[in-house]
Amino acid sequence: MLNRQGRPTSAGDGAITADTGTFTGNRALMQEEALIFESGRYETTGVDFDEPENFSPRLGDLEREGDIGLPGLSEPEAMRHFVRLSQKNYGIDTGLFPLGSCTMKHNARLNERMARLPGFADVHPLQPVSSVQGALELMDELSRYLVTLTGMTSVALSPKAGAHGELCGMMAIKAAIDAKGEGETRRTVLVPESAHGTNPATAALIGFKVKTVPADTDGTVRVQAVKDLIGPDTAAIMLTNPNTCGLFEPEIVEIAQALHDAGAYFYCDGANFNAIVGKARPGDLGVDAMHINLHKTFSTPHGGGGPGSGPVVLSQRLAPYAPVPFVIPGAEGLTLVEHEQYAEEKPFGRITAFHGQMGMYVRALSYMLSHGSDGMKQASEDAVLNANYIRAGLRGLMSQPFGDKPCMHEALFDDSWLKDTGVSTLDFAKAMIDEGYHPMTMYFPLVVHGAMLVEPTESESKSSLDLFVAAMRDLAQAAKRGETERFTGAPYHAPRKRLDETRAARQPILRWTPREPVREAAE
Amino acid sequence: MRYLPLSPDDRSEMLAKIGVDTIDDLFADVPAEKLLTEPLDLPRRKGEMEVERILGRMAGRNVAASTVPFFVGAGAYKHHVPATVDHVIQRSEFLTSYTPYQPEIAQGTLQYLFEFQTQVAALTGMDVANASMYDGSTAAGEAVLMAHRVTKRRKAVLSGGLHPHYADVVETLSHMSGDKVVSLPADPRADEDILAAIDDETSCVVVQTPDVFGNLRDLTKIAEKAHAHGALLIAAFTEVMSLGLVKPPGAMGADIVVGEGQSIGNSLNFGGPYVGLFAARQKFVRQMPGRLCGETVDAEGKRGFVLTLSTREQHIRRDKATSNICTNSGLCCLAFTIHMTLLGQVGLQRLARVNHANAVALADALATVPGVEVITGAFFNEFTLKLPKDAAKVVEALADKGVLGGVPYSRLAPDADCDDLLLVASTEVNTDDDRAAYVAALKEVLA
Repeated sequence: MLNRQGRPTSAGDGAITADTGTFTGNRALMQEEALIFESGRYETTGVDFDEPENFSPRLGDLEREGDIGLPGLSEPEAMRHFVRLSQKNYGIDTGLFPLGSCTMKHNARLNERMARLPGFADVHPLQPVSSVQGALELMDELSRYLVTLTGMTSVALSPKAGAHGELCGMMAIKAAIDAKGEGETRRTVLVPESAHGTNPATAALIGFKVKTVPADTDGTVRVQAVKDLIGPDTAAIMLTNPNTCGLFEPEIVEIAQALHDAGAYFYCDGANFNAIVGKARPGDLGVDAMHINLHKTFSTPHGGGGPGSGPVVLSQRLAPYAPVPFVIPGAEGLTLVEHEQYAEEKPFGRITAFHGQMGMYVRALSYMLSHGSDGMKQASEDAVLNANYIRAGLRGLMSQPFGDKPCMHEALFDDSWLKDTGVSTLDFAKAMIDEGYHPMTMYFPLVVHGAMLVEPTESESKSSLDLFVAAMRDLAQAAKRGETERFTGAPYHAPRKRLDETRAARQPILRWTPREPVREAAE
Repeated sequence: MRYLPLSPDDRSEMLAKIGVDTIDDLFADVPAEKLLTEPLDLPRRKGEMEVERILGRMAGRNVAASTVPFFVGAGAYKHHVPATVDHVIQRSEFLTSYTPYQPEIAQGTLQYLFEFQTQVAALTGMDVANASMYDGSTAAGEAVLMAHRVTKRRKAVLSGGLHPHYADVVETLSHMSGDKVVSLPADPRADEDILAAIDDETSCVVVQTPDVFGNLRDLTKIAEKAHAHGALLIAAFTEVMSLGLVKPPGAMGADIVVGEGQSIGNSLNFGGPYVGLFAARQKFVRQMPGRLCGETVDAEGKRGFVLTLSTREQHIRRDKATSNICTNSGLCCLAFTIHMTLLGQVGLQRLARVNHANAVALADALATVPGVEVITGAFFNEFTLKLPKDAAKVVEALADKGVLGGVPYSRLAPDADCDDLLLVASTEVNTDDDRAAYVAALKEVLA
């Protein structure tokens, strides 16, 4: 009755089960997409403007001549191009994104809506301060939240991302050391071998020598190992807490004390702050400076690699050296200090053109207001609970490098359980793609062989974690059973098979260029 | 709490599975006396409506650019961004993805980065561009460090036409790294003798065009002198739209080009996030900072894209890296790429002409106000007025009359002895009415 058109309603005998090619190369929703330089046209534009009347340029003799080399697309073509590209991407909204150290939590759309209010998005950084009082109020309120959550004295908001925050914090330390007349002697920064690469890179950028602190056999840094390296040349330590193995540094208070006793400073990499918000305050632990990745802990979107925001909270000892600009109360509301000579304190300078990542400040404050102090504490507890739940689900099957003990917000495994299977950490990660997951962080931290760092965040439900654990167990058992093809050829179902990174680096092609016309065969 | 999926029952079950009694058992490594027992002194959770009210009130205390005659520039510019741009960058797959470390499921990001790099290289007239820096000013700082690596020298010469905030960023970084900077005095009329400042110790000379006063500068002779002394020319810009109409730095001998890309695709955002553009000659590619996206093939020979030359970067090279940058301006690059793709070169050129025509019309109109002198000869969409009064006071008085008239140079550089100079920008958003309002208000303020 329902089907009088003769349309088959079941797969039937003729159903195609083999992986057949298609004429277009497309596979249903998975569309191949050319570069705009191949599909666009030099004479096309998707934006309508009238030519100015009576155009008489005042450009001296510096007018641009000839083609720029930028093709255009009409609006429908452009929309389709970028939507098709988007469909080749995995995001948090697609599925579980357990990328350790990156805190891929839910990005609430309320925060997007707030950041787009014209009073925030359509305001220029150099408008008269009387016309931006609400913007300064927001920065002031965000500062109050950050200072309260961390137990520190003040905050420098302007760093544009985590590594920029590290740079800001280390510059404040250098300025404090210089102010004491110790700039010539205190030239060494201690960095644990498990640290993010940005830490040693930051220290080296401003002329510090980097000395590596070995990790203990349990994945943490011992105060004795730090004391062994502290000398009159020590400027600071750069220590991540919770550390990159997902562990809270148990001797952190003693480490801070040892540094302070030696006249040195404690820089804390705050990338993993999400584990302890509302549970413990870095200020109580002896930290002098710590950046906060608003794009991790406070959920401003990662956006495919940015933009981030890396405010640095400072202890009383470093607060006077915070860079310009910053907000202070003035005679008529809030005002901005934009130049060192107008500051009562001793700013070390300026690290970016304007006031930092306002768009991220709005999103982060929206997150904080939504959660409240109770919600932020709950979020940290759930993040830690979820990581331990995964750890518990996989223990016995996948090896934990530092034994079966609780972790913070991320669970670390090594590859010793894959020994003699012919499957590497990389293979295992690529097989996770086929199961619909973004792989965990792999081969980091460097102190663990074949590391797999799993950070589920608080955004995952129990049922989501249960399915993830079941999928991971199935993969792990398959690896141990010797089903290596499931791994070494993976991913099988992604828009691309494994990509040749060696080839990309050996002969770098970093931009599109017109293809050379095919030459006639040699006569 | 609406963002947290676990129920109290879930939590109990999960703790049991883990094998601990309470959540604080998982925090056992935190020194007991440091574990917070009381909630912090901040408000409790709020629903969407309450948050909207609080932030809406704050936003309402700011004057949005689109609500007034608006002529503020000096490093950030009010342009119209097509609706398509904001729609696409909010797609989940772009907004909520990470740095493309797993290229098989990040071809969307990687392909637009490859397109972005190609667009930036074409615009600047350079061989290669990276996948972005934080903003124009930090890109300038990185360019100076890169020049030091290439030349193995440590002295930078900064033009007096460079945006003072950019100069401040370079000076702060150089002071900290122990490198030398020679900053020439403010140069409103673009007549400084920068050639005389270049010697055999010079690593690089940094020149902005259009400069902070709006002057277009011919870089050709500076490049020649720099190269003759073994130094590099770093060209900077704060208004990328100028490249639709003005000779690109690559055609004038620049070795590194840095600039602010905000004007294409990105809102004013009170100063950020923006997108730093960074381009260079091919031979310097292995000294470049930041991420690079490159073309390759997959196991079936299909074209694909990956992050490449990462041995330059901090996660591999650590303290020997070319930069400490990790997170950059990904989504702002996407906005840039979409807007630029919609424009195409014909759209960009036309839009640039509209900008220039509006600025010329404004300059001519303001020049009729008694006591006002336009001191910029050749410019794109920004120029400098010499006023008979303190420019900062004039700007405040104009704001009281509902016109945001520009940036007093003294706000950027209080000690430059340029208190009477006002930087004025005009873009496609300005109308005849805006211009008339500005002229009328300025006449009253100066009367």
